[in-house]
Amino acid sequence: MEKSLDPRVNRLDLQNAAGQPVAQDENWPTWEVFHQKKRGEHHIHVGIVHAADEQLALLFAKEQYGRRLKCANIWVIKSSNVFSLGYDDEDMFETTPDKIYREATGYKVRDKINAFKKSNKTIV
Amino acid sequence: MYGGGFFIEPGKQEANAVADDPIKLAEFQAKIDRGDKIEAQDWMPADYRKQLIRMIEQHAHSEIMGALPEGTWITRAPNFKRKLALIAKVQDEIGHGQLLYAAAETLGKSREAMINDMLSGKSKYSNVFNYPAKTWADVTVIGFLIDAAAIVNQVINAKGSYGPYCRALERICYEESFHLKQGHDAFIDLATGTPKQRAMLQDALNRWWPPIMHFFGPPDKASIHTEKLMRWKVKLASNDDMRQQFLDSYVPKIQELGLTLPDPNLKKNEATGKWEYTEPDWDLFFRVINGEGPCNKERIDVRAWAEEHGRWVRHALMRKTEKTIIPFA
Repeated sequence: MEKSLDPRVNRLDLQNAAGQPVAQDENWPTWEVFHQKKRGEHHIHVGIVHAADEQLALLFAKEQYGRRLKCANIWVIKSSNVFSLGYDDEDMFETTPDKIYREATGYKVRDKINAFKKSNKTIV
Repeated sequence: MYGGGFFIEPGKQEANAVADDPIKLAEFQAKIDRGDKIEAQDWMPADYRKQLIRMIEQHAHSEIMGALPEGTWITRAPNFKRKLALIAKVQDEIGHGQLLYAAAETLGKSREAMINDMLSGKSKYSNVFNYPAKTWADVTVIGFLIDAAAIVNQVINAKGSYGPYCRALERICYEESFHLKQGHDAFIDLATGTPKQRAMLQDALNRWWPPIMHFFGPPDKASIHTEKLMRWKVKLASNDDMRQQFLDSYVPKIQELGLTLPDPNLKKNEATGKWEYTEPDWDLFFRVINGEGPCNKERIDVRAWAEEHGRWVRHALMRKTEKTIIPFA
């Protein structure tokens, strides 16, 4: 084989590099990572890591998602422990923003006060 | 770093196309037309899933393989500041590989299967990494121009329709801006340096120009398949359009330093606003991607060696009862 430009590569025994294929599950299960930018803020989902256990998951999450920008804290949760609704049911939220009676803006008190002031009603 | 050069063999896909439920297909298309992102748990056409896996997987392999020619130079960086920057960049690239594998995994292909397909040659990675980085000037050309080309590609792909891929690319693009800047800085140091440094850079540029022109892949053949991928926002610009965008942004940055490019036909046609160039040798491109490049064997062997020699660590830490599931997002 031609010599590599990299002396580290030349020190490897590359003639016998290939072995068994990587077995299913050999890369460990996945953990969902939640990143908190600063104290007081929510932890936000940023992605996953593969890890054998929670200690390793935290270490990889720190390297993968905490090596840039601010970070106050990280959570990891095993992917198999996350439960979610399906997007098939997304339509059940359709009318949620329309329910104006649940919003502060759904109540116009000032109009009534102004109308009352104009009406000169008195307590009998 | 390194999306790009995805190539799709037309015909083959069309022959294997699976007939999708027409009602679901129409709903799916309407979602994309509205600008909604598709999430992992959504229904999607079989071919959409297949093409995305192929594309994201190639991208992930490219990030990991791309670290090899640059990693070679960590021990021989010209000074401490360059060494620190190169270590940080190579770490980022491996991280990008992880983010991209994660995005592909949400589509149902396991990381183990992707690694195996790369080692067997079934799944490709960016062709540029089948070439050696012979001198420090090569590292600056990679850091500046290959990263720049990858950014063109990634910024475009970040507007695609698949949510997990877009989110991964957003994060990647943020880090890439540092890669490009440090690459440009190192490139300029050589370009404005001693005659020997300038000659070294010109030599590297001459050697890297053909692979750079290959980077975005051969011109797309007009086909039903390409048209469908565009409509699904899997592909957002033609390979030629991306190449034009790259030339338009970066050729002036090379020329302003008094460097030349080894193509006498390269010039901007002021009337059309398009760059004209000698058509790259696409036979060479296909020969290299299929194993005949100067470094294909070394790259694959090094990856295979790492998998083989890391196995005992993975096994030692593994909990036998744990099964991998498809991650959420």
